Amino acid sequence: MTPILLTPVDLAIASVLIVLDGVLSLLLRLGLHRQLAVAALRMVVQLVLIGFILRFVFALASPLATLAVVLVMVAIAGREVAARPEQRLGRFGNYAVGATAVAFATFLTAILALTTAIRPQPWYDPHYAIPLAGIVLGNVLNGGSIALDSLLGGVVRERAAIEAQLALGASFSQAMRGLIRSSVRRALLPIINQMSAAGVVTLPGIMTGQILAGMDPLEAAKYQILLIFLLSGGSGLAAVAVVYLAAMRLTDDRQRLRIDRLTARTRGSRP
Amino acid sequence: MSAAAPSPERLRIVGLRSALAGPFDLTIAAGECIAITGPSGSGKSLFLRMIADLDPSQGDVYLDEIERRSLAGPAWRRRVVYNAAEPGWWSETVADHFQGATLAFARTMAPRLGLAATHLDGPVMRLSTGERQRLALIRALAVGSPMLLLDEPTGALDEQSTQLVEAVLREVIANGTTIAMVTHSPEQAVRLGHRHLRMAARHLVPA
Repeated sequence: MTPILLTPVDLAIASVLIVLDGVLSLLLRLGLHRQLAVAALRMVVQLVLIGFILRFVFALASPLATLAVVLVMVAIAGREVAARPEQRLGRFGNYAVGATAVAFATFLTAILALTTAIRPQPWYDPHYAIPLAGIVLGNVLNGGSIALDSLLGGVVRERAAIEAQLALGASFSQAMRGLIRSSVRRALLPIINQMSAAGVVTLPGIMTGQILAGMDPLEAAKYQILLIFLLSGGSGLAAVAVVYLAAMRLTDDRQRLRIDRLTARTRGSRP
Repeated sequence: MSAAAPSPERLRIVGLRSALAGPFDLTIAAGECIAITGPSGSGKSLFLRMIADLDPSQGDVYLDEIERRSLAGPAWRRRVVYNAAEPGWWSETVADHFQGATLAFARTMAPRLGLAATHLDGPVMRLSTGERQRLALIRALAVGSPMLLLDEPTGALDEQSTQLVEAVLREVIANGTTIAMVTHSPEQAVRLGHRHLRMAARHLVPA
């Protein structure tokens, strides 16, 4: 069950395929060869670098170092969630909402999995904690950013409908109910698609990786099932957290809709 | 203008202002209708929205001697109902916007404003601007609040529908409801308003 290790020569042979893409770009005048080369180089550097960092952190076996790595990953994911929407909450609201929701959803699902299902010794062993946090983060980022974009965009688009309800005496949470529901719904659709397609349309990444690393396919499938449960939980938690945290920032003690706290991102004018 | 001199005080506004408009001072009696005219962008809608506490403002507003800060925002807005010039809709069918007894009220009120029962059961999307405006007015009246803030209630209506709306509003006023109304028509201001005020450069002056 030992994995087949790759040599630099193996990678060099595979890199011929990237060169092929570059040649195609030149032949068809796609103008992509430069971007392709930069992206490929970036990918190699980033992955080798993260390999060295993880090797170093694994060797340290220090809970604090593990926590630091996870926190950096959470901060980057939170920033991505914040950057996606066209609309910005004042006073760095997008960042506060994104980072809080991402941290909440990731820690909750990752710690649950580490302490109940996977149970490494100790439970915060970086071999397990860091990759698990990483894969959960990817989905949390997805769910959180869709939910935030949908809520902030929806508030601007449906302002008249929300204020009509407020004007008739509805509470802020009543007036926002429809939008909150549709935002969480949209955030959950990708994970539902992923579950429906798993194993039929696509062989999920973790399962593929573990089979390539020599694991029994059924054991790999069990791992994948556990992970997809975690991912769907993480997406749902992140979406709900994002939506409620953002909604709280859009109202005040008089339960008004404070659309003045939103500004559109300034990136050229749109038609 | 046939109504008797309106009696007790309903709404009192003291030093109501925001960064955008005011300060405003105004007292309106129970069963009184005041009409506000003025050029676009002069702050008429802002004024009504500030009274309804939909926009942040400083100053005091009392309804029947109750200061608005002593009530939660939604409780205040149930008593001081604001109806926007371009009303919003939050559900697919018109009937979804009315609950329980208010739907029955809407069914009796619709024909009086020249609307058919089918308008209530159909989707909002299929209504004309004028039909939406009348249905939104019914929605606001259905709350049964002592104070109504109407932003151009007949702005999108033809002459015939305007007359129907004015007849209903006269009845509402006669029953003791107080109305502050923004209108672009000085004739309407005279027909409905006990008092006529003008908004000029974000301040209220007698017309």
